[in-house]
Amino acid sequence: MTAEALLAWARGPGMQIALAVFFLGITVRIVEMLLIGRAPDLAAPRKSGVAAGWRTVFHRSLPTPGMLKRSPLVFVGGYIFHLGFLIVLVLSVPHIELFHGVWGIRWPGLPRSLIDLAAILSIGAMVALLVHRLVDPVRRFLSRSGDYFAWTVTFLPLITGYFATHHMLLPYTQMLAVHILSIELLLIVLPFTKLIHTFTLFLSRWYNGAIAGRKGVAS
Amino acid sequence: MTSLENGINAFVEQIDTPIASFFNSCVHCGMCADACLFYTETGDPKYTPIHKLEPMRRVWKRNFTFWGKLAAMLGLSKPVTDAELEEWEPLIYDSCTLCGRCSMVCPVGNDITYMIRKAREGMVAAGHAPDGLKGATVRAVEIGSPMGVTWKTVQAQIKHAEQDTGLTIPVDVENAEYMVLMSSMEVVNFPEYMGAIARIFDQAGVSWTLCSDAIEATNSGIQIGSSDIAAQLVQRIVDGAEKLKVKTVISPECGHAYTAIRWEGANLIGRPYSFKVLHILEVLDELREQGRLQTEGMETAKLTFHDPCQLVRRGGVVEEPRRLLNMVASNFVEMPDAGVWNWCCGGGGGVSANERADELRLKVFSRKKAQLDAVGVETLVTACSNCRIMLEDGAEANNMDLQIVGMAETIAAHLPTKTSTTATEESSS
Repeated sequence: MTAEALLAWARGPGMQIALAVFFLGITVRIVEMLLIGRAPDLAAPRKSGVAAGWRTVFHRSLPTPGMLKRSPLVFVGGYIFHLGFLIVLVLSVPHIELFHGVWGIRWPGLPRSLIDLAAILSIGAMVALLVHRLVDPVRRFLSRSGDYFAWTVTFLPLITGYFATHHMLLPYTQMLAVHILSIELLLIVLPFTKLIHTFTLFLSRWYNGAIAGRKGVAS
Repeated sequence: MTSLENGINAFVEQIDTPIASFFNSCVHCGMCADACLFYTETGDPKYTPIHKLEPMRRVWKRNFTFWGKLAAMLGLSKPVTDAELEEWEPLIYDSCTLCGRCSMVCPVGNDITYMIRKAREGMVAAGHAPDGLKGATVRAVEIGSPMGVTWKTVQAQIKHAEQDTGLTIPVDVENAEYMVLMSSMEVVNFPEYMGAIARIFDQAGVSWTLCSDAIEATNSGIQIGSSDIAAQLVQRIVDGAEKLKVKTVISPECGHAYTAIRWEGANLIGRPYSFKVLHILEVLDELREQGRLQTEGMETAKLTFHDPCQLVRRGGVVEEPRRLLNMVASNFVEMPDAGVWNWCCGGGGGVSANERADELRLKVFSRKKAQLDAVGVETLVTACSNCRIMLEDGAEANNMDLQIVGMAETIAAHLPTKTSTTATEESSS
């Protein structure tokens, strides 16, 4: 298969398969979770849990007092990785062109130098977090193959995207095909790995906030 | 059915949408470890809170997820074994006080404490609960108190309190505003509580009563994780309160009793209450706000307040003790991390009833000691008799010169002398 044919497959059928698995997978995982259900709380509430639930959805993105000092690398590395990944995904011009092709809407992108910076910071943070996972006693103790697998499939789109835009390692067409395939791999495995936290964390935070909020407890 | 099957079934029964969402969301970032005093004080990664839930996670995965069910069908995953549950027993019971700090730091929002509380249901059903806690639970069911305190002992305390205060302690009075519950520890170790309540309520003109059928507020069923037993213990209180037709039931100076009666009780018995439940701190603060609680004089000794976890992090009682202490103490200082971030005494969540955990509990007391050393106080006030015993134990083990007192007695010590007509009548009769 030539690089062009591989790229064409990745852009066409490959992407469609990946998106189908992704959306179907997410739906199945969320539905199987919601179907379990939850007993109503019969205790007289101090106040409604709804507001606290929503507040916690957002507020839990901020570090809690003292914890920034206790786990600085996890916090700082976590922020840089997530924000960098998001910036590259949503604000790089080639990605915006792709979204425009699918949804017909367009938004302003960032200059390539800034996208490069976000990508490098995100890649650096991921490497630091991986080293921390391997070296820190708690993280190493908690980590299973799934954690390293999730790291790898998240890392690949970042690094191959960077290589592709900078014409490194492989010819551009080949690297672009690899980049798109790595995104498809990420899409396919996301619903079935811990990467599903991308979606479920909002529900988890909401439950945490709502359970605490009914009792008038900070969350 | 084997006890292992019972345990697995109990896990399955406990797993709900929040728990599934929590397990799905965990990214193994390890931040919960930094919030847990059992990890911070030992440095042992096995005390990472989310790790304590590994057996429950595997039950969830096998029974509630698409791939887990598929893997189980194809024989590709190993079910949880009895040996594993045995291994996890000390993690779930000895090294978790259900303090709730991990639930407040988890970046994806997992309420890990909620999960551990539920995981204990599976553990006890599988027969893997600590002997100390089992004994306390059996005594609670059979005798009515985890410490084996009988109504006779309470009556002796009533007599003492009446002699000390010159007041009548009301028992089984119908239609009283408040029904006062106690913890066995208050009956046995801190009899000053009953006298303090009698004097404060007398001064404030409050109608109250004890109930001879329902004096015990603590709930070993909650701590060991047996909803059936917990419900039975709550039902005694509900029956007592409904029989006496009281408006409000007062949870004593105890942390988990408040969680048991205020937040879990209605769910355990399957219906809402016909009465209100307040912690004694809430009642005292209400009386203060209404101007019915008058005090005179101030403690001048430097003092601080230890927030019981179940009140401050799981119960929503935070500002009340501070407003009350400011009424009677001129040198009230806060420990670092006081309030919603306070560190546990080390003996909550049933740990104090579990002798096996004593050594570990005293080891992790170093966290509390550091907090106390930072402020250097003479007096430590708290509002939980279990915390109080644990603090006394820890202070003694560390040769700390510290007076540890309860809130009600601290307030009662500053009541104006003979302002209430009842007290005057009583003392002159």
